[in-house]
Amino acid sequence: MFDWRWDFTAEILPRLIIATGNTLLAAGLGYAIAIVLGLILALAQRTPYRALTMTVREAVEFIRSTPLVLQIFFVFYVGPQFGVRLSPWVAGMIAIGLHYAAYLSEVYRGGLESVPKGQWEAATSLNLSTARTYFRIVIPQALPPSLAGMGNYLVGIFKDTPMLSVIGVAELMHTANAIGSESYRFLEPYTLVGVIFLMISLPSAALIRTFEAWVRRKLGMS
Amino acid sequence: MTEELSKYPLELTGGDVPMVRFKNVTKQYGDLVVLDSLNLDVAEGEMVAIIGPSGSGKTTVLRMLMTLETINGGVIYVDGQPLTHMHHHGRLVRASNRYLRQMRSNIGMCFQHFNLFPHMTALENCMEGPVHVLGLSKAEARERAENLLDLVGMSDKRDQHPSRLSGGQQQRVAIARAMAMRPKVMLFDEVTSALDPEVIGEVTNVIRKLVSEHNLTMLMVTHQMGFAKDISDRVCFFFDGKIEEQGAPDELFGNPKKERTQQFLSAVKEAV
Repeated sequence: MFDWRWDFTAEILPRLIIATGNTLLAAGLGYAIAIVLGLILALAQRTPYRALTMTVREAVEFIRSTPLVLQIFFVFYVGPQFGVRLSPWVAGMIAIGLHYAAYLSEVYRGGLESVPKGQWEAATSLNLSTARTYFRIVIPQALPPSLAGMGNYLVGIFKDTPMLSVIGVAELMHTANAIGSESYRFLEPYTLVGVIFLMISLPSAALIRTFEAWVRRKLGMS
Repeated sequence: MTEELSKYPLELTGGDVPMVRFKNVTKQYGDLVVLDSLNLDVAEGEMVAIIGPSGSGKTTVLRMLMTLETINGGVIYVDGQPLTHMHHHGRLVRASNRYLRQMRSNIGMCFQHFNLFPHMTALENCMEGPVHVLGLSKAEARERAENLLDLVGMSDKRDQHPSRLSGGQQQRVAIARAMAMRPKVMLFDEVTSALDPEVIGEVTNVIRKLVSEHNLTMLMVTHQMGFAKDISDRVCFFFDGKIEEQGAPDELFGNPKKERTQQFLSAVKEAV
């Protein structure tokens, strides 16, 4: 059998639990950035200004077609050559937030397009401004069909936070690596990281579904 | 499209300015001409019914007036002021969005598929415009909305979302919602076409009530010939992007002059 040490497991668990806090913080912050920025990217593609919509479209495609880890390295290591010196946390949040904003903008785009044209016409007939039509009429209706996709990317961003370890953000993976190189024991820390990720990811899917049903009910659309 | 706009007056003045005037209005999609140089005046307080086969351009008339469609030629005036165009250094130019918003407040519209906001209750649907466009306080808007829901007989359903209402009920709420903006001109675009036969009456009765109690100018596209006949002051029969024939309802329905009108009316009669 393999050599699993429970005393060592108990010893490193507190450190990993503290690091879990950082992982959740990174995922939460990154997701908050992505949610807002993604909406801006989606709305920008619906403006009548062709130069803007094309630029945003290409930028979204570019971000979606290159690896996240490269984007993280790029923001952190290439930035300073242009005088932009960012801490690992700031660089990491920008990179992961931007990356997921690109994905979320596609989710939003689908949701926004699913709102019937008649809703726009009714809003026009009531003389609502474009901004108000978006925020009071269209976005609330685009939300329920977007929630499933948004939930997938919430779990996705959470599982991608280990990539931030490459620039030294002290999240779970980074801490597990540190423990491993201090003690030369990798089995316990990596196994624990896996278990912690599993314990958080698994219930999230169910929670997201419950939340989706709740939003639909709240909006009277069930 | 370059068109000589100088031949149109900057505004309509004089004794009997119509509430709505279409002057040589043309609408086309590519090569397809939907409306061909339409001229139509609607007087203040007049109820005009628009009938005709599908594809004759009748719905387009309402959609242009609601500024949901741009026009390709001519000018539309509402209450003497140009709607599709505006003054610019003593000339008419295409209306800006800002100008359109200002003029649009004169016009309200009800749609075939109601288009109520599904995430708002009946009351919230009726308060949205008054609060966010007219700047009424919540209390004022609520009072106005409640009065109108009462008028259309929907008071008891005011806190229901549209998904809980029947088609007839949704359309009545939609009428209240449009009326809450206090428009001078109301447009009804086939408001009974998507309804089950047994609930058509509840919507037409509301419109009858509006006609008798309010001095609104109304344009109504409809397939309900009986309703058009006994409610309107004038009926316009559209065919192929033009007004083929128009007149008082008794005259147009009782004694149509044009062959196409006769054909259309007898075809409709057979279908009933």
